[in-house]
Amino acid sequence: MEQKRGIGGKLILGLTMLFFYLPILYIILFSFNGTRSLTHFDGFSLQWYQKMFADRTMMEAVGYTILIAVLSTIISTTFGTLAAIGLSRSKRVLRNVVEQINNLPVLNPEIVTAIGLLMFFSALGVSKGFGTMLLAHIMFCTPYVILSVSPKLRSLDPNLADAALDLGATPFQALIKVIVPQILPGIVSGALIAFTMSFDDFIISYFVTGNGVNNISILVYTMSKRVNPSINALSTLIIVLITAALAVVNIVPIIKERRSKHR
Amino acid sequence: MKQFRSMVYPYVGWIAAMIVLPMLLILLYAFTTPGNDVATFRFTLDNFSRFFSDSVFLAVLQRSLLIAVLTTIICVLLGYPIAYTIARGSEKSSMFWVLMITMPTWINMMVRTYAWVGILQDDGLVNSLLGLLGLGPIKMMYTTFAVVLGMVYNFIPFMILQIHTSLTKMDKSYLEAAADLGADRMQSFLRITLPLSLPGVLSGITLVFLPAVSSFFIPKLLGGGQYVLIGNVIETQFLTSGDWNFGSAISLIMAVIIMLSMYITRKVDTDPATNGKGD
Repeated sequence: MEQKRGIGGKLILGLTMLFFYLPILYIILFSFNGTRSLTHFDGFSLQWYQKMFADRTMMEAVGYTILIAVLSTIISTTFGTLAAIGLSRSKRVLRNVVEQINNLPVLNPEIVTAIGLLMFFSALGVSKGFGTMLLAHIMFCTPYVILSVSPKLRSLDPNLADAALDLGATPFQALIKVIVPQILPGIVSGALIAFTMSFDDFIISYFVTGNGVNNISILVYTMSKRVNPSINALSTLIIVLITAALAVVNIVPIIKERRSKHR
Repeated sequence: MKQFRSMVYPYVGWIAAMIVLPMLLILLYAFTTPGNDVATFRFTLDNFSRFFSDSVFLAVLQRSLLIAVLTTIICVLLGYPIAYTIARGSEKSSMFWVLMITMPTWINMMVRTYAWVGILQDDGLVNSLLGLLGLGPIKMMYTTFAVVLGMVYNFIPFMILQIHTSLTKMDKSYLEAAADLGADRMQSFLRITLPLSLPGVLSGITLVFLPAVSSFFIPKLLGGGQYVLIGNVIETQFLTSGDWNFGSAISLIMAVIIMLSMYITRKVDTDPATNGKGD
């Protein structure tokens, strides 16, 4: 398999990259446009950035998106990790049932999960808003945390925690000092998935929100009905932030590896 | 061994409330008539007969399935050569290209879909380029082309990544054996690589078909208000007309169709004639 790619291969990869990145570059370019147009570039300006920072609903949506993403990541990671540890030590019947139900939000179309939650919240008489959105995000993020922590637990030696307990550790100490460090990679990747799922979510948030609480996706959806280049400015901001975060996540291990090689 | 077992109990309560109950509510609403009182609901199949007797809804269902199938086919046809090309390189270059494919998916889906509006507009980028060649303008926005393009753009990374994984997991010694036995490149591709990568194609199909059937913001952004797919009907029932019973029935119909197609896909997957073992 390991051959040099020919011209055909290079062409395929080039066209693929064009297809994937053209819309992204297009957004970035037009966020600096001098006029409202989405099709003609008429000189460089920063007006859409000024308008974005001055727009309260936009800034609020950014704030809600980040706040909900951070909160639901912390809560679902903790909750999911504890549940996965408990699950790994439960009886098989319970484990199978919980795993099956846990898979439902992953396999169901998002819109089905969304309307289910919408009816559930209104059956309870809860008013829709920040709280319902946060609960919904915890609900669909936790299964991913469990799915990424469970495989790590399966390869874990259960005797280690028992040994710690025999040697006088409290259950909490055994948990934090023995179990968690060994499954940490699973917890971290679960937290990353949870964060992106929450940050990007549109469908579920759209159905369970209310009281003027919007996230970025809902805002783009409702604003896209008329031309508003501030969306491009906002999108560019998100693209820059995410690219920077990805660069850090991917480059730091490479630098570390290089350093350890030089020693 | 029993230590920590109790840590799962809060989660059991949580999924019972947040996952199981909402699903039961969909079932309950789908099989009952609109009523204000929970105590007076009665069992009915009206919501389903209303859907299947209305030619408008059937046309919407047909169009949704058609678009989802079309999207899936295009994703396979484009995704396979891309995944194959990526998998052919060295491990380092493969990793780089996989990262390049994954990166856009981390950026908000809504934002990326919105970008196509400017590109596909009558006086947008594509038509300007066509104009330079003396062609066009071609109307692309608010057509099936735009909707399918938006879906392929959003969902093809799943297909590429699935096929790529199954190609890299493949045991390379089969190819060497085939070459030793005198197979040319075409033969070894058709007889070995393709059958062995089929599981990846099949799981890619599920990952593309499922969101494509239920998607509702891609048709709205790129197809316009008149372009209605099954997801849009569900959205309208819940957020505009407020007929939750009918909306629940429609989403149940959609869920059953999806489950059936996933079942068929799995069936193909375990069929010995297609997974290369029965040859």
